[in-house]
This record gives sequence, structure tokens and C-alpha cells, in this order.
Amino acid sequence: MEFVNVWFILIAVLWIGYFVLDGFDLGVGILLPILGRDDLRRRVMINAIGPVWDGNEVWLLVAGGATFAAFPLWYATMFSGFYLAFFVLLLALILRGVAFEYRSKEDSQSWRNRWDIAIFIGSALPAFLFGVAFGNVIGGSPIEPLPGTDAANAANFNYAGNFFDLLNPFSIAVGLMTLLIFTTHGAIFLALKTSGEVRESARSLIYKIGPLAAVVAVVALLWAQSFSERVAITLPMVLVAALAWLGAIWLTRAGRDGWAFVLSSTTILLAVAALFVGLFPNVMVSSIDSAFNLTIDNASSAGYTLTVMTWVAVIMTPIVVIYQGWTYWVFRKRISTSMIPDQPMAGRSDDRFVSTK
Amino acid sequence: MDVLDLSRWQFGITTVYHFFFVPITLGLVWFVAAFQTMWVVTGREKYLKLTKFFGKLFLINFALGVVTGIVQEFQFGMNWSDYSRFVGDVFGAPLAMEGLLAFFLESTFLGLWIFGWDRLPKKVHLATIWAAAVGTMLSAYFILAANAWMQHPVGFEVDQDTGRAVLNDIGAVLFQNTAIISFFHTMSASFLVAGTGVAAVGAWFLMKNRQIDIFRPAIKVGAVVTLIAAVAVSITGDIDSKIMVQQQPMKMAAAEALYESTTRAPFSVLTVGDVSGENATPILEIPGLLSYLSTGSFDGTVEGINELQARYETEYGAGNYVPNVPITYWGFRLMIGLGMLGAAWSLWALWRYRGGRNPQKGRLFAFSTLFVMLGPLLGISAGWIFTEMGRQPWVVFGQQLTADGVSPSITATDVWISLIGFTLVYGILAIIEVKLILKYIRAGAPETVVEDPFKDAQSNDKLYFAY
Ligand code: HDD
Ligand code: HEM
Ligand code: HEM
Repeated sequence: MEFVNVWFILIAVLWIGYFVLDGFDLGVGILLPILGRDDLRRRVMINAIGPVWDGNEVWLLVAGGATFAAFPLWYATMFSGFYLAFFVLLLALILRGVAFEYRSKEDSQSWRNRWDIAIFIGSALPAFLFGVAFGNVIGGSPIEPLPGTDAANAANFNYAGNFFDLLNPFSIAVGLMTLLIFTTHGAIFLALKTSGEVRESARSLIYKIGPLAAVVAVVALLWAQSFSERVAITLPMVLVAALAWLGAIWLTRAGRDGWAFVLSSTTILLAVAALFVGLFPNVMVSSIDSAFNLTIDNASSAGYTLTVMTWVAVIMTPIVVIYQGWTYWVFRKRISTSMIPDQPMAGRSDDRFVSTK
Repeated sequence: MDVLDLSRWQFGITTVYHFFFVPITLGLVWFVAAFQTMWVVTGREKYLKLTKFFGKLFLINFALGVVTGIVQEFQFGMNWSDYSRFVGDVFGAPLAMEGLLAFFLESTFLGLWIFGWDRLPKKVHLATIWAAAVGTMLSAYFILAANAWMQHPVGFEVDQDTGRAVLNDIGAVLFQNTAIISFFHTMSASFLVAGTGVAAVGAWFLMKNRQIDIFRPAIKVGAVVTLIAAVAVSITGDIDSKIMVQQQPMKMAAAEALYESTTRAPFSVLTVGDVSGENATPILEIPGLLSYLSTGSFDGTVEGINELQARYETEYGAGNYVPNVPITYWGFRLMIGLGMLGAAWSLWALWRYRGGRNPQKGRLFAFSTLFVMLGPLLGISAGWIFTEMGRQPWVVFGQQLTADGVSPSITATDVWISLIGFTLVYGILAIIEVKLILKYIRAGAPETVVEDPFKDAQSNDKLYFAY
């Protein structure tokens, strides 16, 4: 197989990894004001993702870096084209990252409330905007050569629309899908990782928003079939994804939290994979003329770079998966409000072994 | 201002801001690892307290390092898309490697360290902070290799059809002398910054007569590391100068505001007047030092700005190839000066607190202690501003002008929005960060710690909640 194909697959794998992993901690962030009725519950929720969220977010950084290395023209056109959307996304991710670390560093309810708002916004906006960006990549956005330049050279292909062109109906549908799917995925994760009140409220929420997410996702994914290059493969994938989702809700009923989480992850995996299969061999579709599509051939790096990067990826990815997997094993224990140390945090929460006098 | 100027301001502001946190992370993580190791080895409680104390400061700092780094990762595509198109084949590789080899390592193991106190065996838990430390160092290496390629592009050729750079030797990109030297120079500078910080915090406690037994070792460790780092930074800086003179002679000429080629060129410590003109008056000169820095001989000849400008015009066509001389000149001096003041203070602190002394008098010392908490950090920024501004007008030296790298598809309004947005948010976060750091310094080290937390954890169903 040619290395450009390998890299298309690897980029898809990185995005799948990112959406499966950060998907649930974005979801937990969105659920913070909904399930976290008091500070204890909110702390349980945040501590449930505490050890892993940063590692999960690195999947995004690597997806970005790998796109830069393997498909520089894709990286360049997408990030400069969707400029303001990515700006908002970055601000959201900044607020969210800082909020986790800083919210308990001051013993004041108003301080914590403010950071909780940051966590909510910082999680909800990315969950929506990633979908919107994907919608525009797949459904097409106004990409054309710069006026007066060589129209055969893909290095001249630039985004010609503005911020509001990104908010077209299809992309909004995909955005709502990622928003709702991640929220439910987060609730399923909480059902698995916590016990007591938090687990109970997460479970009852799954029954409410799980079906809603299913409906929106089915609409968005069926709509995506109209852009798919190979419906014969992607449509069955979408159907299996939908079945897995129903299975996840059903297994939650049955109290099989672990398997429910496996199935909701499977849904995300299949749905994202279907989007990528439908996109191949394009990497960014032009709504103006398919001659201006960025493809794996005209947007990629040369063979030498791809060979080098393949070696690095083939060696490093399994190692990363092993030690990240180990982290999940270390923190496998369910947590609940009754386990939170009773002493006042006084901003010293990361010192359980310290009496605060 | 146009898209180019705005994008340059935005890149400059966000990068310099990112690099306020980076050197602290790069240096401090080893101090935390060292204190924890001393605790595990000796079992003495004061080292655990130091680990906790500096660990907390480290985490507050690290959080901002991470979130500002994310912006950096995507800015190349957002604001510099033609640059990204031109270099992606070469430059993307170290960036992607940084993610795969370094960011995963540091973030995953730091998560384990923060939350793992009662869930990992003592030694495994210790290993996690070392793994995170190695991760931060690897991340520095890869990004510096990427940056070194912009200073001195190697291991590639330009494809005649597409006009893009194509990688042909990854070894050359990752291990060229420019990358190696700038890694050692930046790492030792980061140790200098963190070392003075640790020692200055320690000295503050001794001046307040608080927790003396805990913080005395911090002064010693911090000051000694600073002094070693200062030597390392000078040696690597000297080597770096010679490499730079070969690769970017214009940068050295601008760093000295040397307009005419000179033999036995002096180094001016301070100058009055406008260095961007040719009539500035040096007020303190060290004869031959610039020649020595540039060529290794006090009698060497250093090329001046005017000759270089003429040479570049024949080589690259008409244009202005002179970087901003005042910024380059003063950046170079602030880098060396502010860093070396940190080293001088460290000597003073070692002397002052020698043999268990704790003199309470000394306003000047108190004042200079406050200064070294910031001085070397500003110095290390000055080093970067010098390096990056001295490369102008090139973004990739000799290959692409900064003006040709900017995104053609974004508007000035776009960049105004993001520039104002980032600057505002960064400003607010800076205030919060400084407040928190000061608060946690003032709170001091924990008064009591359970002798062996790991034993305690077994008999207790309460878990370690970090947030
Ligand atoms: C010499 C070191 C150095 C330099 C020049 C830079 N960084 Fe940095 N960066 C680090 C050293 C570092 C670090 C020590 O690894 C950080 C800083 C604090 C931290 O939390 O990790 C980090 C964090 C960090 C992160 C977040 C990683 C995570 O989530 O764990 C990203 C994406 C970047 N950086 C990207 C960049 C880019 C694209 C740069 C170029 C403009 C850049 N950094 C300059
Ligand atoms: C972290 C330390 C760094 C600092 C403080 C820093 C600072 C700066 C500054 C002040 C400029 C503006 C120069 C000008 O426009 O006149 C600049 C330009 C630039 N730097 Fe750096 N830089 C750092 C590291 C890096 C690294 C590691 C890279 C790449 C891997 C990089 C890539 C660039 C690029 C692409 C430009 C051109 C854009 C521009 O001119 O603004 N920088 N940097
Ligand atoms: C005798 C002392 C020093 C000398 C001769 C020296 C020399 C240099 C030179 C020539 C460069 C430019 C490299 C290039 O652009 O190719 C540089 C860069 C830099 N310097 Fe220094 N330096 C000294 C001390 C310091 C100190 C004390 C610090 C920190 C406080 C520092 C921090 C930096 C940084 C961060 C850079 C940019 C990264 C790099 O290119 O290595 N330097 N230095």
C-alpha cells in the first residue's frame, strides 16, 4: 500500500482516538452544571477525568501535528480557512484546561462557580465546533485557487468563504451530533467510573439524551451519505454504529457499565471511520469545483517524509496506547462523594496527607 | 496594520507568553523529581514537604504552559499557511514527533503523578515524575530542532514544480549542530531560571524566619544549580555565537550594531544614542571580545551590516536584509545581563547563608531577591526575541521571507479579533496565575505530612482527590 493511504488511515485513527477519549471528558465537562448539583458531585465528576483528560487532549495535538507533517496543504488550508472557528475553539480549550487545574486552588464558592462555567463552555463549544469543522471538510466548503495563480497547483487552493459560511445546515447537524454524542458518552463514562448519586443521575440522563443523540446522529450520518464516495461501505457502517448505540443504552439499563462504554466508543469509532471512508481519497472537498478538492495526492508530503513518519508512528503509537491503557487501569476504581476527604480544601486539595490546621 | 504585521504581533505575543511558562516547567520539574527522590532515599520529611511545595507551584505553571502551547501548534496553519505549505514536508515531522514522543509522555505521566500518590507503589510513583521530566526535555528538543531548521535549513531541496521544500535527510534536520547547541543553551538557561527561582523562594522564607529547616536546602540546591547552569549557558552561548556567525552573520552584526567590518572588534557592554543609526557612542567596550565570540580569535574580522547587506542583495535580489538593530542589540545584552545577574545573586545567597547563618538584616538583598524571581525569566525571553527578530526578514533563513509566509486567505479583521482575544485572555490568566503562585508561596510548605502516606492509604477508603 502506498504511504499516502497509510497516512490517511493514520490520521483517521488519530481523530478516532481523540473523539473516543476526549469525547467523554468533553461530555463530562458539558454535564458539570447538569449532573453536578452540588460542589461535592462536581468534584467527583472532575476527579473522574482528572488523571486522563490532558493525555486525551494530546490525541488532538498529534492529529494536528500529523496532518501538518503528512498533508501540509490540508493543514494549511483548513486552519487558515476556518480561522475564527479555530480561534474560538482554542479559547475554549484554554479556559477548560486552566479551569480543571485552578478551580480548587482557592477556597471560595464564587471562584469555583466561575471556573465551572469555564469548564462547561470550554467543553460544549469544542464538542460542537469539531462537528462543524468536519461537516465542512466532508460536505464541502468554498475552496478555490487564489485569483491570478496557477490553478493546477494545489498550493494555491485557499478557503474563499467567511466564518458564517461554515455554519451551513449540514455542518450544524454534524455539530449537534458530536455535541449530543459526546455528552451521552460522558454520562456513560460517569456511570462506569463513579458510584452513588453521581452514577444514578448519570444513568437516568443516558435514557433521556441517549435516544435524542441517536436521532440527531442518524439524521446527520444519513445526510453525510449524500457526500460519500462509497455508500455501499459507509451506509452499513452507519447502521452498525446506530445498533451499537442502542446496545449501549440497553446495557446501561442492565447495569453493564463497562460494556455500555465499549459500545458507545464503538459507535464513535464507526461513525468517524464512516466519515473518513466516505471522504477518501479527498481530504478537503471544494464546493466550487471538484478540480479544487484537496486530495491525498495533491496535498501530501513527499514519500521520504511519509516513510520516516510511518516508522515513528508504527513504533510509538502502540507504546503510547500501552502506557495510556495502564493509566486507565491504575485509576480503575469507582469514585463517589463519600470518598472525598472531609477536611476543608482551603485550596489545598491536592494534599490529602496534609492537615490544614 | 495589515495581516502580516498583525500576524507577527500575534505570533510574537503568544509565543513569548508561552515561553514564560516553558523554562519554568523545563527546569522546575527536575527539582521536584530531585526532592522527591531525596525523600524516597533518605526518608526525611522535609524533602517530601519540598516536593509538595514546589510540585504545587510547578502544576500551576504547567497548566498555563499546556494551554498556551496548544495555540502554538495550530497557529502555523492559521496565520502562516503559505509558510506551512512551503515547509510542511520538513517542519511538520519534528512537530508530529514531539506530540508522539514527548507530549503523550509528559501529560500521561504527570496525570499519574498528580493522582497517583496513594495508588502507586512509592518507587513507581517516583518514576512517573521522572518520566514526565524526560517528556518535557524531549519536547524541547524536537521543537528546538524545528526552530533550528528555520534558522539554518538543511536536509531538504526545493521541488521545482511545486515550489515546496522536500525533506531528504531527517538525520540532518534533527541532529544538525544548530539544533544541538540551541537545545543545550536553552536547557541550561532554563535551569538558570528555575534555579534562581527555587533559591529566591527559599531565601524569602529565611528572611521571614519561617520554615527555616525546610527551605535552607532549597537555597543551596537552587543556587548551586544556577551557578553550574550559568557556566553551561556561557559555554554553549559562546559555541552558539560561532555557529551563528557562520550561518547568519547578519544576526551577529546586528547584535553588536556593527556597521563596518572590523578586525579586533570590541564588544560594547552599554551604548548611548541610537544604535540604529551609525553614530551611537559606546560607553564601555571590551576590546576584541566580539571577534573572540565570533571567530574564536581576538584578532578575527567580523563582517559589518553594510557589507552583508550588499552581499545579500547580490545573492537574493534587492531588498532590506537588516533586522531591527535596536531590538537585536539590546536583546542580546539583556539576555546575558539579566541571566548573569541571577548567577551573581546566587553566589551572594550562598555566601550569606553559609554554614547555617541566617542574617536578618539587608534591604538590598531582600530587594534583589524579588528581582531574581523575574530577572532571568525576562533574560531568557530576551534571548528568544533576539534570536527570532535577528533572523528577520526571513522566516526560513535564505528560503522564505516572513512576508511570503503569511496566510493569504485571512483578513485583517480576523486577526484583529484573535489578537485582541488572545491578548485579553492571556492578560487575565497572567493576573490569576501570579496571584495563585504568590498565594501558594506565602502558604509555605505543608506543616505536617503523614510519615508514610502509602501505608496510610491502605487503611483508608478515602481516595486522593487532586481537584
Ligand atoms: C524549549 C522549549 C519549548 C519551546 C521553544 C516551545 N515549547 Fe511548547 N512546550 C514545551 C516546550 C517548548 C514544554 C516544556 O514541553 C511545555 C511547556 C510547559 C508545558 O506544560 O509543556 C510545552 C507545551 C506545549 C504544548 C502542550 C502540550 C501538552 O498538552 O502537554 C504544545 C501543543 C506546544 N507546547 C507546542 C509548541 C509549539 C508549536 C511551539 C513553537 C512555537 C512551542 N511549543 C515552543
Ligand atoms: C519559545 C520561544 C520563542 C520565542 C519567545 C519566539 C519569539 C518570536 C518572536 C518575538 C517572533 C517575531 C519576530 C518578528 O516577527 O519580527 C517570532 C517569529 C517566528 N517564530 Fe519564534 N519564538 C520562539 C520559538 C519559536 C519556535 C520553537 C518556532 C518554531 C518551531 C518559532 C517559529 C517562529 C515563526 C514561524 C516566526 C515567524 C512569524 C513572525 O515573524 O512573527 N518560534 N518568534
Ligand atoms: C555568555 C553568555 C551568553 C552568550 C554568549 C549567549 C549567546 C547566544 C547566542 C549567540 C544566541 C543566538 C543563537 C542563534 O540565533 O543562532 C543565543 C540565544 C539564546 N540565548 Fe543566549 N547567550 C548567553 C547567555 C544566555 C543567558 C544567561 C540566557 C538566559 C537567561 C540565554 C538564553 C538564550 C535563549 C533562550 C536563546 C534562544 C535559543 C537559542 O537559539 O539557543 N543566553 N544566546
